[in-house]
This record gives sequence, C-alpha cells and structure tokens, in this order.
Amino acid sequence: MAERRVIRTDYLARVEGEGALSVLLDNGRVEHVELRIFEPPRFFEALLRGRSFLEAPDITARICGICPVAYQTSAVNALESLCGVEVDEPIRMLRRLLYCGEWIESHALHVYMLHAPDFLGYPGAIELARDAPAAVERGLGLKKVGNEVMTLVGGREIHPINVRVGGFYRAPTRRELRPLVEPLERAREAALETVRWVAGFDFPERLVECDLVALSQPGEYAIERGRIRSNAGLDISAAEYDEHFEEEHVERSNALHSRLRERGTYLCGPLARFALNHEWLSPLALEAAREAGLEAPCLNPFQSIVVRSVELVYACDEALRLIESYEQPDRPFVPVEPVAGFGFGVSEAPRGLLYHRYRLDGEGTILDAKIVPPTSQNQGAIEDDLRGVVVRYSDLDDEQLRALCEQTIRNYDPCISCATHFLTLDVERR
Amino acid sequence: MRRVVAGVGNAYRGDDGAGLEVAARLRGRLPEGTELVQCVDEPSRLIDSWRGADVVIVVDAVASGVKPGTVYRFDASDGDIPEQIFRSSTHAFGVGQTVALSRALGHLPPRVIVYGIEGADFDAGEGLTDPVAGAVDRAVDAVLADIKGGEG
Repeated sequence: MAERRVIRTDYLARVEGEGALSVLLDNGRVEHVELRIFEPPRFFEALLRGRSFLEAPDITARICGICPVAYQTSAVNALESLCGVEVDEPIRMLRRLLYCGEWIESHALHVYMLHAPDFLGYPGAIELARDAPAAVERGLGLKKVGNEVMTLVGGREIHPINVRVGGFYRAPTRRELRPLVEPLERAREAALETVRWVAGFDFPERLVECDLVALSQPGEYAIERGRIRSNAGLDISAAEYDEHFEEEHVERSNALHSRLRERGTYLCGPLARFALNHEWLSPLALEAAREAGLEAPCLNPFQSIVVRSVELVYACDEALRLIESYEQPDRPFVPVEPVAGFGFGVSEAPRGLLYHRYRLDGEGTILDAKIVPPTSQNQGAIEDDLRGVVVRYSDLDDEQLRALCEQTIRNYDPCISCATHFLTLDVERR
Repeated sequence: MRRVVAGVGNAYRGDDGAGLEVAARLRGRLPEGTELVQCVDEPSRLIDSWRGADVVIVVDAVASGVKPGTVYRFDASDGDIPEQIFRSSTHAFGVGQTVALSRALGHLPPRVIVYGIEGADFDAGEGLTDPVAGAVDRAVDAVLADIKGGEG
C-alpha cells in the first residue's frame, strides 16, 4: 500500500501577506505541489479605470506597503514614455535615490526579520533577537535608514506622495539631503557586516534551471530603468513585454502564472539581476560579493540571501554617490500633456521585475491598466523549486520538510499581498 | 510622560482599515506629549516609534473568528498577547510579533495596551462594514479612557 504524506502549510507566517502551500507526496513521489495564490481581483486595476493619469503613481503606491516606490516608478515610466516625456537627469537620479531607500528597507526586512531565522534554526526573528539581539538591531537599523531616505525624498509619512508624472512635486535642495549621509555611511558598514554574516550560513544545494530575467542598463546596476533582458538572449523594451510574456491560468490553481511565450517559466529578482548585471555593481559591492565567495551567475536560490545582502551594500553605496553628485534641478517636474494610446513601464522592485501598462484617452483618462507584480512572474519558478526540494529531501519528517519548504518560498521574497492584492482566510483543506 | 498611539492597517482592504480609522478619529483629541502614528506598511517600523516612550497603545484589525465588531483589549505590559489573534493580518510582521520582538530587544515601553477590532470583510475595497464602524467609535472612546484614567 502506498504511503501518502500530505505536507501543508496554510499560513506562511513570515511571508508578506498570505498564501498556502500544499505538497502531496505519494510513496515518496511528488504528486502535486501548489503554492496557493488567489486569483487577483485586480482591484487596483479597476480602481484606476476612469481616473486621471496623474493619479496613477499615488493610487498604485498603495498596492504594497513594502514596495510603493516600485509601483510609482513603473507607473510614471509607463505614462512618461506614452506622453513622450524624458525627465531631467537630476530628477532621474532623485528617483533612483528614492528607490535605493526602498531596496534598503525591503532587503533589510527580508534578510533579517524573515529569512535569516530559517538558516539559523529559529522559528522567527523574535527568537533570534533573544539570542542575537545585536544582529536584529543591525537589521532594524538598516531598515530605518532606508525609511529615512524614503521619507525625505518621497515625502512619505504614510505613503510616498512626492512622486508625480514628469518628476516630483518638490525637489529637495542639496543641503536637505546632507543629513542622510552619515546614516547611510553607517548603513553601508552594517550592510557589509550583513554580507559577512549571511555568507557563513549553510545553504542546501539547489540550482535554478529556468531563464533569468532582469532589467539591464549598461553603465549602472539597473533599478529604475532599463531594457528587459534574459540570460538566454532576450533583449526587449517594456513596450514589447506583452509580445514575449503571457499570463496563463494553471490547472488546480487560482493563480495566473507568467511565462515566456517561447521558453516557459522564468525567474526575476536578485539572482537574475546579479547574473545579468553584476559587472555594474560598485567596487565595494563587488568586493563584498567576492569575499562572500559569490560568483556570477549564482544559481542557488538559497544563496539569494547573500545576493540580497550584496545589493544592500550597493544600494547604500549608490545612494551616497547620488547624494554626492546631486544638484537641485531648475524645475522639479517636466510638464506632461496626455497622449492617447498605450504606455508601458518597468522597474526592478526589490523582489524583481514590475510591469505596468496603461491605456489613456486624449484627455488623460485611464481607460485600462495592467499590472504584473514580480511574485506572479516568479510563481512558476517557486513551484518548480519546491518540487525539487521535496524530491531531494523527502526523507525529512513532516515538520522539517515544512520548514524547508517555507524557507524555499522565502528564497524568492514573495510579496503575496502584492501578487494577489487580496486577503482571504479560506484555506483549502484536504 | 511620552505616549505613542498607533493605528495599523490597510485602508484598501475593507475592515483592515479599522486601526487607521481609530487613529484618524483621535487626531487633535490627545493630550500633549502623545504621538499619533498611522502604520500602513509593516509594523516592525513601530518599534522605532515607541523606543523610549512610557506608554504605547496599538490598534489593529483582527480576524479571529468571533462576532465582527468585537473589540479586544489586551494589556501586554507583562506578557505577550495571544499571537493567534493578531497573526491573521495583511502585514509582514504582525502586531503581536512586533510587541514580542520589541520586548526581546529590551525596549518595549513599560505600559503596552493592544486593541484588536474584529473585522468582517477583508476583501479589496475601501470602507468599513457597519459593525466595524461602530467598533471604531467604541475603540476611540476606550483609548481616550485609557489615557484619561492614567492607565495609558
């Protein structure tokens, strides 16, 4: 008689948002792996319809509390490209600085509060804090500096409200940015310490086999702009996204999985960025990667925590560079006249590629919007990885296997509330 | 005496906005030395807001399965609040975990009161359901009473 084991985790306690994973093992054979992400109700896409294009950055910023800047940036990129506007260089640099703040906060949260406890055998950050308070304080300190950058540049108290189509409502003076320098220098040291810390963790052996997709912008580690590239030779603009990527409904799942039409499942996020763009990291970040024994491409998703930490170093370093070279622009924004048609925008959210598409009428009213968050794009890769982990480690007992599956999911830093824009407590039980 | 009153939630997920609404209603009604915080992202950021405070009062929505509009009040000054009740949040790091983390790090204020408002509808959309709107009124009064009574 076949022994059937069902490993389920209904609540991924430390994943942002909610999700449920079911794994069905039949006599050691993996029968079914499903990370449950629910059918996106597309609430925000519906909310955008009929609104002015100028409202898009504010509305989309509210989709995710962790990565509002990513949503704003992809939105303004899409609308500015449609309207034929190129923002002034200081504005672009200011946006990149704001985005660095978001990377610092998001990566610090994920590395310290969510993922590191997995590697160190703790149920969560609270237990880790009891034994290693200095490490957790270091993580909270990093997060705080990221938040300070976002508050100052993004005008954020509740949501970053300073970003607008064409630029910013108000651009800070050089002097106003100065108070960020000392905290960022401290954060950069803490980030270097973070790389050394996580490099010493034990990493289960896994290899990503699908295509890696990231933005690429020669001359810089792409964050707020770039062409969409893959390690298999894809090289397209945001406007060509829908020709090459599709969202498909997966049997037995409510989720839409993104796939490359020609190539299937793909992965975006830190591993893809590092593989495609490592040469554009700052010397300090590259040195930190080298000391951590990280070589490009790094294809072990468990080592994404190391890549994320290297990106933390980079984001601090880059923020300091941007502040150093910043000159207050003559005008905080470029006037933008609406143009009827389709606009396409992408940027690198902390967890990967974020795609926006808008259709406007000649008055600037949004006729429809499409948003593809990184977690939707990575869903197929996550499930493939889970399947591999379960096959390889099926001799573990249920509790150990459950923990390893959760750790595997966190390799991708999924923002499940982003992917679903939805909360449900209806969990399938079987 | 330094106090922090924090409302936590997501106004775009129906009743999950209850804590934010309580904070909004308290604006202008709190005594000197009280800082009002609205937290819409993830609560671990609250830890910094209450470092060095004497009292903190946190209000969040919960989905524990009881009657919608039920208002829980927990005194977390001496012990953690039931994690089960606050774990069903949309946030990366729940309020219960945030309090516990702050305690583990040794900077939880001496007085900690946590309110949980049971929600009915956490689907995407704006606005509170009727029972939760009523509960917001009661929670506002309760927070003011805590402060007036010197409890908070």
